[in-house]
Amino acid sequence: MEIVGQLQKQYVDFINSLFREGYLDDQYVQLQKLQDDSNPEFVVEVVSIFFEDSEKLLNDLASSLQQQVVDFKKVDGYVHQFKGSSSSVGAQRVKNACVAFRNFCDEKNLDGCSRFLNLVKQEFYLVKNKLETLLRLEQQILQAGGTVPLIE
Amino acid sequence: MSTKSGLFSDGGKIWMKLWEHISQCFCKIHPHYALYIGSRKVRKNWWRKLLVAWIVFWILISFGILWCMSSQAVEKRKEALASMCDERARMLQDQFNVSMNHIQAMSVLIATFHHGKNPSAIDQITFASYTERTAFDRPLTSGVAYAARVLHSEREQFEIQQGWTIKRMDSVEQTPVHEDEYDPADLEPSPVQDEYAPVIFAQDTVAHIISIDVLSGKEDCENVLRARESGKGVLTAPFRLLKTNRLGVILTFAVYKRDLPPYATSSERIEATVGYLGGIFDVESLVEKLLQQLASKQVILVNVYDTTNLSDPISMYGSNILNDGMRHVSDLNFGDPFRKHEMHCRFKLKPPWPWVAITTSSAILVIALLMGQIFHATMNRIAKVEDDYHEMMELKKLAEAADVAKSQFLATVSHEIRTPMNGVLGMLHMLMDTDLDETQEDYIRTAQESGKALVSLINEVLDQAKIESGRFELETVCFDLKAILDDVLSLFSGKSQEKGVELAVYVSDKVPAKLVGDPGRFRQIITNLMGNSIKFTEKGHVYVTVHLVEEAVNLMDVEMESPSNSTLSGLPVADRRQSCAGFKAFSQEESAPMFSSSSTDQVNLIVSVEDTGQGIPLEAQSRVFTPFMQVGPSITRTHGGTGIGLSISRFLVQLMKGEIGFVSLPQIGSTFTFTAVFTHGCCNVNDQKSQKINNQLNSISLEFREMRALLVDPRPVRAKVSVYHIERLGIHVEVVRDLDKGFFSVNTENSIPNIVFIEREVWDKDLALSTLFLNKLRSLDCKVTPKLFLLSSTISSTRAISTGSSVSTPSVILKPLRASLLIASLQRSMGIGNRGNHRNGELRTLSLRNLLRGRKILVVDDNLVNLKVAAGALKKYGADVVLAERGKEAISLLTPPHHFDACFMDIQMPEMDGFEATKRIRDMESSFNNRIHNGELSVEAYRNISTWHVPILAMTADVIQATSEECLKCGMDGYVSKPFEAEQLYREVSRFSHTVLYEIP
Repeated sequence: MEIVGQLQKQYVDFINSLFREGYLDDQYVQLQKLQDDSNPEFVVEVVSIFFEDSEKLLNDLASSLQQQVVDFKKVDGYVHQFKGSSSSVGAQRVKNACVAFRNFCDEKNLDGCSRFLNLVKQEFYLVKNKLETLLRLEQQILQAGGTVPLIE
Repeated sequence: MSTKSGLFSDGGKIWMKLWEHISQCFCKIHPHYALYIGSRKVRKNWWRKLLVAWIVFWILISFGILWCMSSQAVEKRKEALASMCDERARMLQDQFNVSMNHIQAMSVLIATFHHGKNPSAIDQITFASYTERTAFDRPLTSGVAYAARVLHSEREQFEIQQGWTIKRMDSVEQTPVHEDEYDPADLEPSPVQDEYAPVIFAQDTVAHIISIDVLSGKEDCENVLRARESGKGVLTAPFRLLKTNRLGVILTFAVYKRDLPPYATSSERIEATVGYLGGIFDVESLVEKLLQQLASKQVILVNVYDTTNLSDPISMYGSNILNDGMRHVSDLNFGDPFRKHEMHCRFKLKPPWPWVAITTSSAILVIALLMGQIFHATMNRIAKVEDDYHEMMELKKLAEAADVAKSQFLATVSHEIRTPMNGVLGMLHMLMDTDLDETQEDYIRTAQESGKALVSLINEVLDQAKIESGRFELETVCFDLKAILDDVLSLFSGKSQEKGVELAVYVSDKVPAKLVGDPGRFRQIITNLMGNSIKFTEKGHVYVTVHLVEEAVNLMDVEMESPSNSTLSGLPVADRRQSCAGFKAFSQEESAPMFSSSSTDQVNLIVSVEDTGQGIPLEAQSRVFTPFMQVGPSITRTHGGTGIGLSISRFLVQLMKGEIGFVSLPQIGSTFTFTAVFTHGCCNVNDQKSQKINNQLNSISLEFREMRALLVDPRPVRAKVSVYHIERLGIHVEVVRDLDKGFFSVNTENSIPNIVFIEREVWDKDLALSTLFLNKLRSLDCKVTPKLFLLSSTISSTRAISTGSSVSTPSVILKPLRASLLIASLQRSMGIGNRGNHRNGELRTLSLRNLLRGRKILVVDDNLVNLKVAAGALKKYGADVVLAERGKEAISLLTPPHHFDACFMDIQMPEMDGFEATKRIRDMESSFNNRIHNGELSVEAYRNISTWHVPILAMTADVIQATSEECLKCGMDGYVSKPFEAEQLYREVSRFSHTVLYEIP
């Protein structure tokens, strides 16, 4: 039980720090609420889809921006997609980066786009890292026989 | 007397001081009574000291009085003695003086007739007889004698002349003589002297002293010498008389041979002296004789003393009894300055006891002791009462502590039960969300209901405990009465619909919209009364009316005249007037019209809840408001409840300065009526909730303003309720009694109603007529066909009307009518968007679950994450979700006939966006519908749906007005923002869900 308690505390501290630092927002809590006994792996599923989807989108974005003639509309579409999925997961910083990214797309500013691609990429890997840690913690708690604390 | 007054004044001073002291103490005690309670013992001792002082004081006083009075008596006695003594002394003196004067007169007689004549005119015989005959004049003398002055030279001659020799009396005095033996002849002749004074004349009583030389006697000699020197009467000291041997004195006067001037010298007097006249006073017998003449001689004893020699007074009269009692001394003056005499008087008897003084003082003492006793008893009593009081205080404290402990216990236990109960309820709630079979779900529902019942019971008990401990306070906030009643209505709507009981609320338009008071508690009363009514009513109605008290008085008179069966459901009801017959508000109203004028700010509401239930048995009516009393144990078993609801309600009504009453007729129904006082709402800006409702209603009212409605209802009371609710939306209502009149109303030009409400009862009565009416409405020549609604109080399906080509049932509005429900129904059918903002998350989530449960919903989104999340959310509410990633996929899935109840579609999608896909779906639907209408396809084959129109809701992250307009333009039914919000989802889903349930004709 002691281990569970420790893990739970660690989990709460960690997720709180994520909220505090703006990596995640309320949508992640909503996501957690949607997970129930009939759908126990919901969050993991959604997050892993988000990871796959995002990596694909980032690749697409990178290749699009490396084209001789950059199709900004296409780029905008990708960014929009990325924005939608990140907001669905609650990855706030990625979403914010995407919003700014889209402005550069509208301006057809290749430099800005390139810079923001890097930023978005950076933010994405950061949040991916964090979320993986979080999910791993959850797994550990569950394996130790505890329950994942709910964050209000 | 002075001592007495002094004592009293002293006593007075002491008394005054004491009184001051006491009163000071009282003054001190009285205001600081509480302070003294602590030092009771001290005070007790103090009182005891005071009591002792009191007793001692009064003992002293009574002794003082005793002393005073007895001394007064002694004084009086002394005075009496003095006056008696003086009187006796004066009498004695007077009589003595009389005798003395007489003897003096006799001396003059002798000088005149013995010495003045030659030969003498007086001899012994003459003298004796004269004196004998004048003895009455000298009451005090026992005898008179005259002795002549004889010088030695003349002795011989004198002896010869008289015939006897001069004899001396020394021996006589030395040897006691007896009267019988006494003989002057035996006496020795007088020895030779310078001069002699032999007695020559004597009264017979003293004849034995003739020839005796008075100068030879010591006493007589002195007397004689003094008498001739002074020329006045001279007295001897008392001595034993010759012969009689009694005490006596002799008074001697000198007889001069010529008249002497009054200032003659003593030698002249001696020289002129010729003889001596002596009177013998037998003092003893004389005084006795004198006293016998006076009254009350027995009372006092008299002693007479010669006090010439002060150191050795000679007793002249009186027994020498030693008596140290009181005596009085009076001086006697017998005319001889040389001799002093005194009379001593004393009482024969000892002074009597001063009974008066003794009784008086002892009476005073007894009174004082009695007062002391009373005082003591009082103090004891006070002390006892005080002790009892303290004991009571202790007990009271204990009782209060126990009461507080009880309330505390109740509150704590209630709270402690509530907390885990919330956990239990929450868990049950969550359990409901999981995959359960029907039996399990039923179990859980039962458990949940039991839990809720338990929580409400605990709340009631908590309320009761609060009431008992007097810690119940009302809020004063601004609230909307109608909104509260609507809330309560929706709370009971399910139950009433289930039972088929008509539930209605009517609020008089005179009642202000905004009131200030405690909405929660008002709601509690209403909920309680309505809950009871619905619980005990199986058929008929439950009707709540709210009026102003002023208005209600008139209203009741009107009601009295109207027929008795004109109630909401037509069933007889208990007379409402009786339920509030005893209300003070009414008597006030009748007696003085000042009611309305004096309290302009006050709103006196009268609320009555009327039902057609089983009523309260007569024998149970008296204890309806008693806590924990129910009609009978069987009621508790069948209907549950604690039986404190009404007691709490009554208390709440009292807190609202109102009264509650009821009338109940078994098997007919009960009517509960209460009054409550509120104040006019001065709407507070902070009061978010009511503000919001108000705004919402206002904005909605605008949408329906200027609309006209036709209400077909044969029953005026029910019509009144419906009109009240419809008019709240700003719609003008015309009421007709039946459909025939409805035809007439519809036919009239330029007054075609926008909406027609028909009571279900009217509709079902004559279906042919109803159909006719429906067709009439459709054939009306106007831009918008009037919308038709049926008003029903039960869920049971409305009988469909076949109108030849199409089968159609008008929209049904389930009673109880309330503003929100009407708005929703009207908006739904008239397509007026609701842009209001609901904020009631919890309720929505629940309702959402009910709305979405088992619904088949297609979600279209190219973003896998979004798709997944949306699906999760909808699944969470029990929907059956199908996912699609492409618009084309959606189109193929939604090609009629299909089994989807709704579609959520992302707008921005690659290849084909949401707008495009929706357009295509709508095109497909319309062509399919046409084919059905044209009879190419049979309705029965395609789920009995005559018109295919799947609700499509856009999912968009950008909630911009333009987007939503575009959504509607391309045939979408609404939009929801991404990520999903329960609120918004509910609103949109509730819109389309109804269109699924009741197809728009």
